[in-house]
Amino acid sequence: MLEIKHLSYQVADEAGGELGILNDVSLTVADNQFVVITGPNGGGKTTLAKAIMGLVRPTGGAISWNGTDITGLDITQRARLGVSYGFQQPPRFKGLKVRDLLSLASGKESLKREDACQYLTRVGLCAGDYIDREVDASLSGGEVKRIEIATILARGAGLMIFDEPEAGIDLWSFAKLTETFQALHQRREHTLVIISHQERIINLADEIVMISDGKIQKHGPREEIFPEILANTAAGCSYMAEGAN
Amino acid sequence: MDQAEWKLLKEIADLEKTPQGAYNIRRNGQLDSRNSTANIEITTKTEPGKSGIDIRIKPGTRHESVHIPVIISQTGLNELVYNDFFIGDDCDVDIVAGCGIHNTGCETSQHDGVHTFHIGRNSKVRYVERHYGEGPGTGRRVMNPQTVVYLEEGASINMETTQIRGVDSTKRETKIVAGPNAEAVITEKLLTHGDQTAESDMEIILDGEGATGRVVSRSVAQDSSQQVFYPKMTGNAKCFGHVQCDSIIMGEAKISSIPAIAANHVDAQLIHEAAIGRIAGDQILKLMTLGLTEEEAEEKILDGFLQ
Repeated sequence: MLEIKHLSYQVADEAGGELGILNDVSLTVADNQFVVITGPNGGGKTTLAKAIMGLVRPTGGAISWNGTDITGLDITQRARLGVSYGFQQPPRFKGLKVRDLLSLASGKESLKREDACQYLTRVGLCAGDYIDREVDASLSGGEVKRIEIATILARGAGLMIFDEPEAGIDLWSFAKLTETFQALHQRREHTLVIISHQERIINLADEIVMISDGKIQKHGPREEIFPEILANTAAGCSYMAEGAN
Repeated sequence: MDQAEWKLLKEIADLEKTPQGAYNIRRNGQLDSRNSTANIEITTKTEPGKSGIDIRIKPGTRHESVHIPVIISQTGLNELVYNDFFIGDDCDVDIVAGCGIHNTGCETSQHDGVHTFHIGRNSKVRYVERHYGEGPGTGRRVMNPQTVVYLEEGASINMETTQIRGVDSTKRETKIVAGPNAEAVITEKLLTHGDQTAESDMEIILDGEGATGRVVSRSVAQDSSQQVFYPKMTGNAKCFGHVQCDSIIMGEAKISSIPAIAANHVDAQLIHEAAIGRIAGDQILKLMTLGLTEEEAEEKILDGFLQ
């Protein structure tokens, strides 16, 4: 179970005052649940995800995973306890091949070719074309993004956080990706937290969390929250309009 | 040979026993062992005052290899060696060179090797050269290789040079002259650490119509080491040349990359790309999210970069 209690992340603004990126965020995600975090840009979604992974150090509050307080742990320690995070803008590596990255993610010195290929297929990449390619500037943004998602699948951690997995991915690959998330959820072996604006991903979730201005504005079962979001969209709310683009 | 010397051989030539085919092992300035084959003849130079060997490869020799490693385990040894390769037409051969120094003493051990290749028409040569130094002594380990290659029409060389660790000072000089439709592919990998210095001067002259040259240089400078690169590509005919230099800088290190491309023909197409930068922070963070420590992440990134 993931438990976030009174999490805050304050930074100094230009005038020297405090700017709240996250303000007293509390959230509990039960085991093997699929939760979508949505909301407008700049609302604090990515900061929350990064705080769970340890990429951002919160200024207040606590995070625990499976009963262990991980607030003071570094990224590596959290990763080893089963927390994983797919970057919104994944880095590229000159010299490291797709297969190397998947091997590192899986924790196996030499990941079998067929296993590595299977992860790539699940994100809509033709495995044979990519397995021996370097994760460098020769790959497009969408390709790097899908490889990033494949590393999270290879890692197979208890908690999988994906940060806008749909960004930069074409329609055909996106369909494959939603199938993958659905199949992953059906196995009920992982807790999924996905930051997304996409209706097709939101539709797969058990729960929806809506964050804006650094606060949880709404949290509840999808059936309850989604109609409210759509109603707000009709009233001209920008975040769903952006998701539809 | 003792255990330390075998370890050097393993590092520089991946040899655990006497190699197959032709070979010449030079140890502490002397011939250790040699084997010529029906197609590859190795002889000691006879010019007075000139140490080294001549390697003659008969035309049409295919799928054969020559190993010519040099190992130094004697502190204070300083040598200058000339190795000349005469490779006939229509050959396809692998040449493995390299130098390993194990210095246990306080005096400088130095190997300066001058390798000259004359590669015949339509011959293909794969040349691998690794430099490595180790040893508990305070004596410096110095290697200054000079490589000169003449490619005749349709000939090619695929040259891989690697200096991974333990060489205190190196000055590399490489000159390649490519004739019509000849091809030179050079991959240079270099890592310096501590207060080591490395300089690499490279000159690729694309002299004949249809010649191509590709240089990929990847280097890592750690601690307070210093590296200077002078890659120069000249096109004297209709040709294609590409130089790519990438360096990772760490700690207090310094790197200079001073490229030059010179076209003396209207159809010479020459490209140079160079980049120096530190390891991107998000690369380390990404690998840490996969369970690696910061040190492990850094090591993986450098290993991959110099792979």
